[in-house]
Amino acid sequence: MKRKYIIISSISLTLISMFYSCQTAETVQKDTYYVNGRDLYIKHCQNCHGEKGEGLGALTPPLTDSTFMKANKENLACIIKNGISTPVTVHGKVYEGKMPEFNLANIDLAQLIVYITNAFGHKQGMYTNQQVEKDLKNCK
Amino acid sequence: MKKQYTFTCAILLAATLFASSCKEDRKLPIYGVRDTKTIKNPDGTTAVDTIYQTIPAFKFLNQDSVYITNSQFNGKIYVADFFFTSCTSICPIMHRNMKTIFEEFKNNPDVMFLSHTIDFKYDKPSVLKKYAHKLGVDGPKWQFAYGSRDSVYTLAEKSYLVAVNVDSTNRDGYVHQGFLVLIDKDRRIRGAYDGTNPEQVAQLKKDIPVLLAEYKK
Repeated sequence: MKRKYIIISSISLTLISMFYSCQTAETVQKDTYYVNGRDLYIKHCQNCHGEKGEGLGALTPPLTDSTFMKANKENLACIIKNGISTPVTVHGKVYEGKMPEFNLANIDLAQLIVYITNAFGHKQGMYTNQQVEKDLKNCK
Repeated sequence: MKKQYTFTCAILLAATLFASSCKEDRKLPIYGVRDTKTIKNPDGTTAVDTIYQTIPAFKFLNQDSVYITNSQFNGKIYVADFFFTSCTSICPIMHRNMKTIFEEFKNNPDVMFLSHTIDFKYDKPSVLKKYAHKLGVDGPKWQFAYGSRDSVYTLAEKSYLVAVNVDSTNRDGYVHQGFLVLIDKDRRIRGAYDGTNPEQVAQLKKDIPVLLAEYKK
């Protein structure tokens, strides 16, 4: 009796964990982008923007302002690729100064943007190469 | 039984002595080239004295466009580094870390900070002032120094033993090492820590009180 109980519970546990480990193809892709994006972030961005996206004093704006990240999502690719020298307002504070350009491939931009819009307390989901291409055409 | 007791006691005593002898007066090494000098004692005999390498006299403009010299650092220990404001590679990390040290010793009047710019073209005092203000450390405790290429580069390489140079192939235009150099009250080098390495920065935080303790006796 006891043995039967153990078997049933272990089988059901396996089934449940199988069910939950199943992910859609999109989630898997998003996670891949996120992980690769984190490596790119460490390499190109972390110096100034910090490990937790906290920025540096009044020199570098933080990346933790969800409202800003959402409102400027279409501009992110342009900002990273071309740099920015106009003032930006983040968390209600104005940041002047220049961010240099990072001439990355579209796929790298997509991965980086997936990382910075899903880390630091954000949850904006997937961002594809096609979107990067489209956004780059509209750069100011 | 009694023998065993004595034995245990002896071991405990030895261990305590060993531990305390390790902790007591840890001293930082003195770096740089050394020289010797024969001196005459008052009683007519001669002895050999060691001459340590020291930071020579300097004169730079600071972020307030005021000349600073060694006299600003008399009776202080200080942390020196070389950077430039438009640097996007290691400088932000160095100064992020240096700022945490600054915060820790904010209220200790014996500790100061000195950052030299190596961008003699662009980093005029007004630019340094803006930078210091934005970093949130604008005040007399952390000095930002501007000088001619020759004076700063020679001081960096010959005295602070930090390599700096102009590099036209580099995107930022300059290359340099990210050392935070610890200087004692006698202008001697007592440590060099990689300002981009969190472990070494933590070590510097531990070493500053050790150096300060030397002067308390």
